[in-house]
Amino acid sequence: MERPARAIPSLPGLIALLAILALIGAATTGLVRAATDLDLLAAWTDPYLWSVLRFTVLQAGLSTLISIAVAIPVARALSRRRFPGRTLLLRLFGLPMVVPAVAGAFGILTLFGRSGLLAELTAALGWPLRPNIYGLTGILLAHVFFNMPFAVRVLLAAWSTIPAESWRLAAMLGLRGGDLFRLVEWPVLRRQLPGLAALIFLLCFTSFAVVLTLGSGPASATIEIAIYQALRFDFDPGRAVALSLLQVALCALMVLAAMRLTGRVADEGGIGRPVLRTDGGTRTAKAIDTTALALAAGFVVMPLLAILVEGLGGLGKPILVSATLWRAAGRSLAVALGAGVIALALGWALAHSIAALRIGRQRRRLARLFELSGTVVLVVPPLAIGAGLFVTLLGTTDLRRWALVIVALVNALMALPFVLRLLVGAAELAQHRHGRLADSLALSGWARLRLVEWPLLRRPAGFALALATGLAFGDLGVAALFGSDGNETLPVLVAQLLGAYRLQEASTVVLLLVLFGLLLFALIERILGGRERG
Amino acid sequence: MLRLLAATLLTAIALAPALPASAETPVLKVYTYESFTAEWGPGPQIKKAFEAECGCTVEFTSVEDGVALLSRLKLEGKASQADVVLGLDTNLTAEAAATGLFAPHAGKLDNLSLPIAWADPIFVPYDWSYFAFVYDKTKVPNPPKSLRDLVENSDLELTIQDPRTSTPGLGLLLWVKQVYGDKAPEAWAKLKPRILTVTPGWSESYGLFRKGEVPMTLSYLTSPPYHVMEEHDDNVGAAVFEEGNYLQVEVAGKLASAKHPELADRFLAFMLTAAFQDTLPTTQWMYPAVKTAAGLPDAYKALPTPPKALLYPSEEVAAKRAGWIAEWLQAMSK
Repeated sequence: MERPARAIPSLPGLIALLAILALIGAATTGLVRAATDLDLLAAWTDPYLWSVLRFTVLQAGLSTLISIAVAIPVARALSRRRFPGRTLLLRLFGLPMVVPAVAGAFGILTLFGRSGLLAELTAALGWPLRPNIYGLTGILLAHVFFNMPFAVRVLLAAWSTIPAESWRLAAMLGLRGGDLFRLVEWPVLRRQLPGLAALIFLLCFTSFAVVLTLGSGPASATIEIAIYQALRFDFDPGRAVALSLLQVALCALMVLAAMRLTGRVADEGGIGRPVLRTDGGTRTAKAIDTTALALAAGFVVMPLLAILVEGLGGLGKPILVSATLWRAAGRSLAVALGAGVIALALGWALAHSIAALRIGRQRRRLARLFELSGTVVLVVPPLAIGAGLFVTLLGTTDLRRWALVIVALVNALMALPFVLRLLVGAAELAQHRHGRLADSLALSGWARLRLVEWPLLRRPAGFALALATGLAFGDLGVAALFGSDGNETLPVLVAQLLGAYRLQEASTVVLLLVLFGLLLFALIERILGGRERG
Repeated sequence: MLRLLAATLLTAIALAPALPASAETPVLKVYTYESFTAEWGPGPQIKKAFEAECGCTVEFTSVEDGVALLSRLKLEGKASQADVVLGLDTNLTAEAAATGLFAPHAGKLDNLSLPIAWADPIFVPYDWSYFAFVYDKTKVPNPPKSLRDLVENSDLELTIQDPRTSTPGLGLLLWVKQVYGDKAPEAWAKLKPRILTVTPGWSESYGLFRKGEVPMTLSYLTSPPYHVMEEHDDNVGAAVFEEGNYLQVEVAGKLASAKHPELADRFLAFMLTAAFQDTLPTTQWMYPAVKTAAGLPDAYKALPTPPKALLYPSEEVAAKRAGWIAEWLQAMSK
């Protein structure tokens, strides 16, 4: 009996899974094969490694703690205040996510550095301060700049899941201040905090550009930096493998712990409805909220302003017409678009299969595997993947032909967790609403994609592509590994200029990097995501 | 599926222009470090000058700094694409020669002008200078008189370079070792609180110094002429130390696996001609290895000479570098 071609729901996911595995497999093989003098015991008992590990945990822990400790009062203030400019402030808090790390580090440096604006200001006030931000201080400042606003947005979303009924009930019972927080708000927060903390910890644990730019040398090296140094300084793949294994083990442990700790996120309740809380009327509460908001906004806006001001100051410099700059910009654009498209394709394929397997067929285990494969780079150091591909190709071919392709591929993998997170929900919704109907109509392949998924996935896909492209555009990680030989991308150019004499030009390129990145982000989101904005 | 295919195609199209076109003329591949090939370094001029006479294309591949150059070469081994490696220094030549990857040079080298005698059969020197702590005269009226003075009595903050990547960084490590011997870790522990940051290459350290983040940085005795000649700035000084300053002679060598050995020989010979050497004082900001007709710019004539040129035998550095670097890492990460 002839049957119409049936959709195989797990096929796209399987293909994506295989592609990811092939990439990571090739990298691992290359790295291990090159590591002829691999001596794990010697590498792991090196006392220097232990001081590196200690510092990595210390800075990530402190960054997480400070980011969240600051984010809680700020998010609380945002949740109970309506004021002109609130939407603008929320947009502002979204900015650091798309500001390249190397640009953020530059902003922090110009602001808080030795001869930065803060030092000038305090000197003018007759109370000179010459802060030394290289090392832990600078790294923490930059990490809080990047992660606190992110934490605020996540926590604010958590706050909005508190059902209106709870607020009404709390108001009826006359709960205020500490009691209100303890009984109504904290239980909701507590569900989000472990996952959020684990994510921020992980991001800081593996942070690269910030530590590279603001670290002070061996005393403030992280494992990620040590991997980079093992590859780029010593060209010692054995050491890189030992360090990567350590990082994989630790990160995997943290991811597992975070999954354990994160409770089921409440997905019903008052999303979208205005919060009807009536507390916070006292003078103290108002003062606290105002202070928290002002300080946080200032802390986020100042480095961005510093980038703008310094960058505009360098506009007259000849670098703006230099071919090097525009070639680097072109390379960045190519890498970013390549990475974005690959990430979206992989993410969509995985999301499609995850949704199809979860809804209806209930094959959760395979779905889980697909989901894990998309988040694997949270655990595997991207530098190690890049380096593995590098040594795989080494000697067999002219590396500079492949450098940018590798950078794009690794950046695609790096963006995949975010893309997947954005798409899975929408794909599940599509499957939930129209899956059965589509099945009964034997809709498959292109038609199913266009008719069933596209309408619902378009917005998140637009955002995902914009995010992946934006992230890749500003990434300094793997690009730094290959960043020479006429393969400089914009962030690499920034890192190079930052050091050499060309500080004014560096600031100009930083500004261009940020502006182009934002423009790219906005354009893609607008074009692919459609007109209406949420 | 179609989407995946389209994506792959799109990516290929997006990345295609980034790939360099294959050239018909022979390509001489030169591995060097970044400040050499930077737009403001000597690389672009030298590429142009050599290409004009060799009928070939010069292709630079650059890494962070001189020490990383050797690491890169060791990793690539015989599969290396390089014909010439330019930018090692005397601290690395023995270790580099021991890899067996280099071939003897074909030149005579009888017109060299170096502070030391040159008998290396493999490597050809192209420039030299002394490492020196460079300072801002407006902020440092009384620079330290000796390395001991700097380590023990000074409160000046400074930037230095990482000895794992950078030849100045390695130079300082050896300088401290020569002055302090077994007490080097203690000296580093004393210096460490005043080191604002350890950068991977020379240019980052120097950038921080120029931005005013530190009053002093490890650079070269020949750095001040840059500021005199390019910026008309007289306020940058380089300290000469009583113990002597550590000497650096930068060299290039031809690989045994070179695809164009004759071109490599010609490049090494070209390296000692005026067309190459005369660019060095104003691009590398180093002393040329050969006295040329043009002579040195005036700003160089005012430079002091250290009482002694410190230098370890290359073989000793080759034998002890790894251990000394581990010792340094330990001292610096406490």
